[in-house]
Amino acid sequence: MGAMTAVTLHINGERFSRELDNRTTLLDLLREHAHLSGAKKGCDHGQCGACTVLLDGRRVNACLLLAVSMDGTDVTTIEGLSDGNALHPLQQAFLDHDAFQCGFCTPGQICSAVAAIAEARAGWPSVVTAQDEPEGPVELTAPEVRERMSGNLCRCGAYVNIVSAVREVAR
Amino acid sequence: MKEFRYERPADADAAVALLTDAPGAAYLGGGTNLVDLMKLGVAAPDLLVDVSRLPFEEVTETDGGGLSIGAAVRNSTLASRGIVRERYPIVSEALLSGAPAQLRNAATVGGNLLQRTRCLYFQDVGKPCNKRQPGSGCPAREGVHRDLAILGASEHCVATNPSDLAVALAALDAMVHLVSAAGPRSLPLTELHRLPGDEPHRDTVLRHGELITAVELPPPVPDGRSAYRKARDRASFAFALASVAAVLQVRGGLVHHVRIAFGALAARPWRARVAEEALLGQPATEEAFGQAIDRELAAARPLRDNGYKVPLARRLAVSVLADLAAPEHGGPR
Ligand SMILES: Cc1cc2nc3c(=O)[nH]c(=O)nc-3n(C[C@H](O)[C@H](O)[C@H](O)COP(=O)(O)OP(=O)(O)OC[C@H]3O[C@@H](n4cnc5c(N)ncnc54)[C@H](O)[C@@H]3O)c2cc1C
Ligand code: SF4
Ligand code: FES
Ligand code: FES
Repeated sequence: MGAMTAVTLHINGERFSRELDNRTTLLDLLREHAHLSGAKKGCDHGQCGACTVLLDGRRVNACLLLAVSMDGTDVTTIEGLSDGNALHPLQQAFLDHDAFQCGFCTPGQICSAVAAIAEARAGWPSVVTAQDEPEGPVELTAPEVRERMSGNLCRCGAYVNIVSAVREVAR
Repeated sequence: MKEFRYERPADADAAVALLTDAPGAAYLGGGTNLVDLMKLGVAAPDLLVDVSRLPFEEVTETDGGGLSIGAAVRNSTLASRGIVRERYPIVSEALLSGAPAQLRNAATVGGNLLQRTRCLYFQDVGKPCNKRQPGSGCPAREGVHRDLAILGASEHCVATNPSDLAVALAALDAMVHLVSAAGPRSLPLTELHRLPGDEPHRDTVLRHGELITAVELPPPVPDGRSAYRKARDRASFAFALASVAAVLQVRGGLVHHVRIAFGALAARPWRARVAEEALLGQPATEEAFGQAIDRELAAARPLRDNGYKVPLARRLAVSVLADLAAPEHGGPR
């Protein structure tokens, strides 16, 4: 064989260590080895965002990352966002704003939104942010949210309510 | 996916050594293009050498007032750096107009420059494709080619290079620093990618095992203004149908320095050298811009379904240059 590699990472704060087939993606590691089925496999090609998780605090598509290259990282999935039974503010906002129908895209939407809000607070621009905007936190207007969340598709078309849920938490 | 071995060397020399003796090996950056192609069966390396954590993660000012960008810098990191936004805004604009944040967070500078074409036939192993399988034919010429090349193509391949970043770097006269078993060398970014000719399987002039270590930008042009503009099928999260990066410096109403690069029109970022030459010393007017761009695009050889790219590229370039020439009218920086 030889095509296996030992990988150790932290998932939602817990250490996870396993010898894995090199072909395993981070998404398959989460779903099949760590039994965390929150991150969804939509397209498996980086095109839908359903597999979005946080890698060392940054949002990524878990379907295009090889698990073997994740050694030593910290991964947060939708399962790791709540504090016991207390929902993360974005989870609560998605409920309050009716920001989903079937729910398939929702774990990815919420992880993506957590990072999008952090990126805007850190002053990261988007392509709709004015170039001459002074550095500092970017206000998440509706066009900003739409642009920053464009990597997360929703086949149910819940976009309007997703934008309002994200804006509420960003305020 | 074919089985492969995985190595994560600590430095560039070790990475180069691993690849040099392994004809079936490939470097792994963020993996956002390579892993995708491996899943599709388009790429089937037997060894992946992970270069995403090599110590090329810095963005630093050079002694000459330029900027050195490590090949392992993530696209999102580069786009948000203050020095990039302030001095090379088109690099930031080009990156932010490409792939969504999730992908930009993983994608590296080196991997971005070497991403492969999005031609549908290239990505479908059930179809012939000269780029994927030399000599098998090019179904795109007669088939679906709405997104494909109007400049510099050949009868063997009409693919386009999909990178937005590369277009901005072409307009900025960027250099690419490389290292291989034969030692280090540097190339202008505009010479990195090849036109297809009769060897469409070779996207670039890189030798097997050659590693991109950094991209270097010369100092910004004094009083130069620049912009990146991209036309696509939807407002976000789509590859370009045509894009333009331009740098313009006007003195006394005349064009003193100009750089124009087109994206999504050819197998490499297309520096509009004919137009640039025609514009030097000319009045910075919409009319002059239009005439110069027409001379450049006279070389276009559109296919049945991509002729729209000629007027689209013209309008993009003329509007960008006109905005740059008229800062007081609120154009981009
Ligand atoms: C859904 C989707 C939408 C996208 N939209 C856009 C878009 O609009 N605009 C755009 O520009 N891009 C877009 N992309 C492409 C994205 O930008 C690239 O996938 C990414 O930049 C590749 O970087 P990487 O580090 O992940 O490369 P990898 O996938 O790791 O590598 C790509 C290639 O580069 C080689 N390589 C990597 N690093 C080096 C190095 N240092 N030296 C030598 N060789 C190296 C690898 O061997 C491989 O051949 C999109 C991608 C997806 C999946
Ligand atoms: S255009 Fe190039 S990449 Fe596309 S099918 Fe033809 S040979 Fe292949
Ligand atoms: S499953 Fe990863 S982006 Fe669609
Ligand atoms: S809620 Fe059904 S896909 Fe978004």
